Amino acid sequence: MKPIIEVNNLTKRFGNLAAVDNISFSVEEGEIFAFLGPNGAGKTTTIKMLTTLLNPTEGEMKVNGFNLRSERDDVRRSFGIVFQDPSLDNDLTAYENMDFHAVLYGEDKATRVKRIEKLLKLVDLWDRKDDLVKTFSGGMQRRLEIARSLIHTPKIIFLDEPTVGLDPQTRNHIWSYVADLSHKEGVTVFLTTHYMEEAEKMADRVVIIDHGKIIGVGSPAELKTKTNTTSLEEAFLKLTGNEMRPDEASSLDTLRSHAKMWGRKR
Amino acid sequence: MNAIYILWIRQLKKYIRSTPRIIGSLGQPLLFLLVFGFGFGTIFQKAGGGNYIQFLVPGIVAMAVIFTAIFGGIELIWDRQFGFLKETMVAPVSRFSIMLGRTFGGATVAVIQGIAVLIISFLVGFKMQNLFMIFPALIFMFLTAFFFTALGTAIASKLTDMQAFPIIMNFLVMPLFFLSGSIFPLNTAPKALQILGKLDPLSYGIDGLRYAFIGVSTYNPWMDLLVLVGFSLVVLFIGKYLFEKMEA
Repeated sequence: MKPIIEVNNLTKRFGNLAAVDNISFSVEEGEIFAFLGPNGAGKTTTIKMLTTLLNPTEGEMKVNGFNLRSERDDVRRSFGIVFQDPSLDNDLTAYENMDFHAVLYGEDKATRVKRIEKLLKLVDLWDRKDDLVKTFSGGMQRRLEIARSLIHTPKIIFLDEPTVGLDPQTRNHIWSYVADLSHKEGVTVFLTTHYMEEAEKMADRVVIIDHGKIIGVGSPAELKTKTNTTSLEEAFLKLTGNEMRPDEASSLDTLRSHAKMWGRKR
Repeated sequence: MNAIYILWIRQLKKYIRSTPRIIGSLGQPLLFLLVFGFGFGTIFQKAGGGNYIQFLVPGIVAMAVIFTAIFGGIELIWDRQFGFLKETMVAPVSRFSIMLGRTFGGATVAVIQGIAVLIISFLVGFKMQNLFMIFPALIFMFLTAFFFTALGTAIASKLTDMQAFPIIMNFLVMPLFFLSGSIFPLNTAPKALQILGKLDPLSYGIDGLRYAFIGVSTYNPWMDLLVLVGFSLVVLFIGKYLFEKMEA
């Protein structure tokens, strides 16, 4: 197995604050890799840098063998992503959202038709393909986003808290799609989650990050042995401490409240 | 190229699906047309200005165009807010084509709104001098729309929320509209207004439209065209620069 993601001495500073502080790790091709940490630990910042949305302050990254600084479009073609917050166009139908993505990624008509049908069936949304996304539940939107992220047959899929706010049934479904992707299609999965039992069940390997620094690496079993605990959750708490983390309103929450003020329904 | 096309289609689909927006954005131009048109009509005529509706319609059509266009550009903020922007930003297409697609989309929608106002104007008695001049009129409408959509997009790339929108409307769009000779003739206005009018890109859009609609213009219509193209290219490239630097 060779590493499909390589991160070396990566740092991102916002003013004086180092959101990500000189971290290095790698992800092997085909594995399910969990990137865990408390709120504000630097998970989303790292994902944003790996997916070309943020420029790093220092350090080098390679995704699928391509350099993040100099081969951005090759990097972009290599991964699919499901963002922490919804990123669908609610005024378009499920099919149109899929097709929009496929066209942006340069797929030809025949491939688009075939892939979209296959993927919408995979996430059980084929019979809703012509409905506007704004009529979808949170779980359906998540499934659609997962399907969309796979249209261009990426080698890696980033899932940033894909199950947050969903009921146990939907969560189960989503993880079973993810397991299938990994085992049947060989897609590398890079995920973050706050649900430790999900990470423990799914992940081949785990990296725990806190205050922008990596504080634990290994398989769930290794981490448990190292910390002398019986579950990944206990191991996580032992490593990161019991102290509560500020769950500040993100800029997005602020935006949403303005949106409400402006009468735009979500 | 495909990216530009799909972004353009997306804007059109969203526009067609939102009836309240279509009706809502016709409200203000219609109010201006009817109240100013009929309210000032007699005075304008007595002062020797001729038929005021004839004079006013190009300005009101332009109003529908620029309001829709600037909003089309600012809509980028909604996309950022609702996450859709990230979806386009991680795609393997250049930021410039994303900006171009959005701008063409917004501009097309704005032209459609302008046409809607023009049709309504015919109902209240407006007459074009020569119906074939609709083609140059469409060109002027499109260029005006393009300039304002690109301007809105460039501004929106620096903004994170919609709170700045009233500021943009009141301190940028409204002054540009009033100073452009849209509702009163600039050539008889005080010198200061005339100078400000000359600096206003919209003046050239309205002058060109007036030429196409009623055969009257202050400047040479070719110059109007050139100035509009020039202004559009300038904002487009400022927008390109800002868009490329934007992080999501």
